[in-house]
Amino acid sequence: MCGIAGIFAHDGGVPPQRVELERAIAALKHRGPDGHGFYTHGRIGLAHARLSIIDLAGGTQPIHNEDQSVWVVFNGEIFNYIELRAFLEGQGHRFYTHSDTEVLVHLYEHYGLDFVQHLNGQFAIALWDQNQQQLILCRDRVGILPLFYAEQNGRVLFASEIKALLPVLGRTPVLNPAALDQVMTFWSTLGDATLFEGVRQILPGQMLIAAEGGTRKQHYWEWRYPSDDDYHRTPVEQQAEELRALLSDATRIRLRADVPVGAYLSGGLDSAVLATLIRANGIQPETYSMRFSDAQLDEGVYQQCMVEHLGVQHHQVQCSAANIGREFPRAIWHTETPILRTAPVPMMMLSGLVHARGAKVVLTGEGADEVLGGYDIFKEAKLRRFWARQPKSLWRPLLLKRLYPYLEFNPARAQSYSEAFFGTGLDQPNAAFFAHLPRWNTTAQSKQFYSAEFKARLHTDPLALLEQSLPRDFAQWHAFNRSQYLEASVLMANYLLWSQGDRMLMANSVEGRFPFLDHRVIEFAARIHPNLKMKVLNEKYLLKRALKNELPASVIARSKQPYRAPDIPAFFHNGKALDYVDALLGADAVKRYGYFDAQKTGFLLKKIRAGRALGYKDNMALVAILSTQMWHHLFVENGPRP
Amino acid sequence: MSIEQQVRDYILENFLFTNDASVLANDASFLEKGIIDSTGVLEMIFFLEQEFALKVADKEMIPENLDSVNNIVRYVQSKQAGVVS
Repeated sequence: MCGIAGIFAHDGGVPPQRVELERAIAALKHRGPDGHGFYTHGRIGLAHARLSIIDLAGGTQPIHNEDQSVWVVFNGEIFNYIELRAFLEGQGHRFYTHSDTEVLVHLYEHYGLDFVQHLNGQFAIALWDQNQQQLILCRDRVGILPLFYAEQNGRVLFASEIKALLPVLGRTPVLNPAALDQVMTFWSTLGDATLFEGVRQILPGQMLIAAEGGTRKQHYWEWRYPSDDDYHRTPVEQQAEELRALLSDATRIRLRADVPVGAYLSGGLDSAVLATLIRANGIQPETYSMRFSDAQLDEGVYQQCMVEHLGVQHHQVQCSAANIGREFPRAIWHTETPILRTAPVPMMMLSGLVHARGAKVVLTGEGADEVLGGYDIFKEAKLRRFWARQPKSLWRPLLLKRLYPYLEFNPARAQSYSEAFFGTGLDQPNAAFFAHLPRWNTTAQSKQFYSAEFKARLHTDPLALLEQSLPRDFAQWHAFNRSQYLEASVLMANYLLWSQGDRMLMANSVEGRFPFLDHRVIEFAARIHPNLKMKVLNEKYLLKRALKNELPASVIARSKQPYRAPDIPAFFHNGKALDYVDALLGADAVKRYGYFDAQKTGFLLKKIRAGRALGYKDNMALVAILSTQMWHHLFVENGPRP
Repeated sequence: MSIEQQVRDYILENFLFTNDASVLANDASFLEKGIIDSTGVLEMIFFLEQEFALKVADKEMIPENLDSVNNIVRYVQSKQAGVVS
């Protein structure tokens, strides 16, 4: 993993200066601490900060083709580079390094813009074609690696993180109100928006081509599901075998590295599957876990079960509420966007453990729930649809009590109220957002804290915006697949892989690899019938079936426990707030920044200090307001680095 | 302070985060107005049990008892009078 940045001047834009590239790449040192590389030629400037993982001695970027007419800087990994290189050498291409990066320039020469279709990997690529005088920016299919850009005065500026663009843009950042409103609805921004006005992201599966005359974009990959009942028709056992074989190969090629590869072990099914497949590929990985002092959140028993089963060398980091509070500002510096729960912070502490152990690469189970149907929201929607078929039934809504048994304040405990909550949209079970509306409505409750001035700056409805962006045949997809699509394209791409994934890994110069997000696995899984993904209410059924003989029975039988971290307790101890919390949520700062209402925020703090804030909504509101205030403090008020 | 005033103050401060009394009508349904959800009702029950020294049974956790200021006042009064709701 690395960091990239660059500038392309077109239509009279000022040609890039080396000093601008140096300033940009300096902001990405955490992504690439092992060296820098630059290329400037006329209207193009490319910069690279390197984290050495493959071809430690020779993989210095930018890298070029034989006649130096194609140049590339690249963040990520091309896992099938060995096969691609063999093919390209067979076609007469000559390589001067052993790195995966070099296949990109030759593949581009061979296939043109279609080169990206041949990549199996996670990547953010900036490729310069000297002959065509065009810059190509593209991201991997699902959004594992980031790539942001801005257009200013006839120039395209791009970088792995927004903080690298800021010194080149040379203006005080302004918060994009629509983007904050999206975060306050979906936990993440939508589409290419970022919190920074004028800064956008290249979308997952998208390519931007910049040349004289302007820029254009094209999609080369999208999440697709059958609209014509075109599911796998083979026997279940055969599908399970195929899934296992694909996952095993996805894992195998993700073990390619010139440094040791470890694995996260959460205690859940997905990481257990991965650790098992790594071992089946002949490697005994070191494993890493986080532990919580709060027994409700801790999964140590299950982690230990897998450690004993696998016989691996295991390391763990203890995450207390206090150290989450302490690390929170640094986490927001890396996310560059507000968050609604503290869950990313322990992920940063976990990558810190990996770094401290001297490791650089970990495999994680991210994506399994989206791809193979593991989330509670899928289960919840299934139950609500079952209820919607007989809305007057007295016993159908009672099934809701089976949801969320791990929550201390289980919303299903007060039956009438849970029926009101889960009954949202019951009269429209086929609506596009049926599964997600209860969650989004709950998240949106934090908007009651907006100031009147901020509300006046909002002119778009986030739900309408999302609806406009849905694929043309979305309505023809199975309801379960529609939920999967929304989880993957909104929450996973713009929150889980962003705030909780890449940015928390890279904060400590650690690369994550995600076998469940291999596009071959995704495309195979899209054609598994929903009834095999979730059999009645048994989530990830086919995955369990595929690995049932290799995992401890307790891991297979265990109900999914979502990953959570302490929120309010991270910032308040015995009713007293941390100093920075007091400073950022005090009436002065709240009024000065202007996003939230000082009186309402004051009442929320009073409620928290009195120990009366117990529910999900108050926890979420506190983290949302605090992280937005922190974002402003770090990026608007105080400039580059805390 | 009357039960009504105590309940109103509590709802205003803790669920509407304001001291503007005009935003809360005594007969407004908390559910319909989105003021209190299923976890909010648990918070409110803790408040009622603490403030009025009563015990809310699971079967009493119903909108008829808890879904408006008027309903809560009536419910608290009936509990204090020893009448099971």
